[in-house]
Amino acid sequence: MPELTDLTLTAARAALSRREIRARELTVAHLTAMEAGRDLNAFITPTPEVALAMAEAADARIARGEAGLLEGIPLAIKDLFCTRDIRTTAASRILDGFLPPYESTVTRKLWEAGAVCLGKTNLDEFAMGSANITSWYGPVRNPWTRPGEEVPLVPGGSSGGSAAAVAARISPGATGTDTGGSIRQPASFCGIVGMKPTYGRCSRFGIIAFASSLDQAGPLTRTVADCALLLQAMAGYDPQDSTSADLAVPDWSGGLTGDVRGLRIGIPREYRMDGMPAEIERLWQRGAEWLRAAGAEIREVSLPHTRYALPAYYIIAPAEASSNLARYDGMRYGLRIEGENLTETYRKTRGEGFGAEVRRRILIGTYALSAGYYDAYYLKAQKVRRRIAEDFTEAFREVDAILTPTAPSAAFRLGEKSDDPVAMYLNDVFTVPASLAGLPGISVPAGLSAEGLPLGLQVIGRAWDEATVFDVGRALEEAAAFTTLPYGLAEAA
Amino acid sequence: MALDKTTVARIAYLARIEVPEEQLDALTGELAKILEWIDQLKEVDTENVEPMRKVMEIPVHWRTDEVTDGGRREDILKNAPETHDGYFVVPKVVE
Repeated sequence: MPELTDLTLTAARAALSRREIRARELTVAHLTAMEAGRDLNAFITPTPEVALAMAEAADARIARGEAGLLEGIPLAIKDLFCTRDIRTTAASRILDGFLPPYESTVTRKLWEAGAVCLGKTNLDEFAMGSANITSWYGPVRNPWTRPGEEVPLVPGGSSGGSAAAVAARISPGATGTDTGGSIRQPASFCGIVGMKPTYGRCSRFGIIAFASSLDQAGPLTRTVADCALLLQAMAGYDPQDSTSADLAVPDWSGGLTGDVRGLRIGIPREYRMDGMPAEIERLWQRGAEWLRAAGAEIREVSLPHTRYALPAYYIIAPAEASSNLARYDGMRYGLRIEGENLTETYRKTRGEGFGAEVRRRILIGTYALSAGYYDAYYLKAQKVRRRIAEDFTEAFREVDAILTPTAPSAAFRLGEKSDDPVAMYLNDVFTVPASLAGLPGISVPAGLSAEGLPLGLQVIGRAWDEATVFDVGRALEEAAAFTTLPYGLAEAA
Repeated sequence: MALDKTTVARIAYLARIEVPEEQLDALTGELAKILEWIDQLKEVDTENVEPMRKVMEIPVHWRTDEVTDGGRREDILKNAPETHDGYFVVPKVVE
């Protein structure tokens, strides 16, 4: 029997159902790993007592033969999901002391399926960032370092705490949210699997809003099979979110074959960008060769408006954020800093409560929506967004899935790129287009950079066709056979 | 559409975010750089393109207009910085 913390979600589930292990010991093993991994700062609020109580209840249900889909499985929850009576922060000072009086639909479904809450993971403030350095609770460390070095690297963002926890074997799975790449990019940086499903697959109810037309919840795990299983428990129609889709949730886990024979895989030529590192280009080509060897047909496709996706995103997302974050006024919850009058109280509360990146985005959004600029920025961006979505519609007439790199680099040093917002935004160059089009995308670890750090490949699918995305992801996973552990863990083992 | 300090101060006021005077120059520089980069959107031909207002073409649900939740005053007030007699306490609104 391997270490309990090395078990994948699927393996842990099998061991629990065969009664080889108990939910309580599985949870204790992960809580111990959480304690040992404190220097990662992956959790804002660990919930060991809640976890033990939930694990004991899971053991009782397993004993009665009433096990749910994820009975007894420990999970880490991004601190953007409201959890009833458990502190929820969005990694922002402005939500100081907030105890949600309700549960997000996604986490409710997970607890109903029997999962165990290990704690709330760190993130970029309000999920705005690509390095998990904008959190009021401090940056997250990537469990990976360059071999022989101890210089801290970023885990990617915004779901950096979730990705770090899964990579460091603190949790077999975690929830994340992805607005422009916030699940896929940290998955790539931490050497794990992460999926953003089709917009509307998961309910947004109770997830603290960043950009409502882009935000989607999704799973972070160590294998594609685990990812399929966890998404299955998270997804589904919810009358409390008018944009959630009333579609049956397929049995992605049971249907996963990894069979790509006869599938047409598109390689978008516009993703081959100037200045793309040679090792990323090579990894991408190797990915295409693996899929060809597995029986898929590789075709070049064109997504002509790709280069305009990021600038369009940086109007649309901040515009929606400026509107969504207007609710933080210091009156009903969170931080309040008193001023001379009402307006001054608002301005002081928001001035002190929001960090620099959140402030930048609110101001960009306010500007783009203000009188005189609305047409030039916001409306223009919404038109470009349609062009980008149409590019994908055209491409999917010829192919069944699209293969791209997940991110333009491996994890970088803490402190790098932090003084240049635009350089930081470029991290999401390969993930943002699918976000704007609402399409499902997965990142699968596919190899190591020259510096010995994980690199991911992204598979993008048609709307609602997560099944094909999982199969292509599984084929990549099988060919890549990525088994390298973060170096700290490998040495300890 | 170059962004100047006065405009940034005005936007910050609209967004109800206090920005200390000594930070305004640096902030204006950052925002101007971001907007300059965004300006490449002008290159895209969007003649006769409808703005994308809906992400997925899914049917909107109709439902009966009935009360399904409520009576949770205590829940709603428990996070407030200041309450009194079951109400939120806010600074004086009308001078």
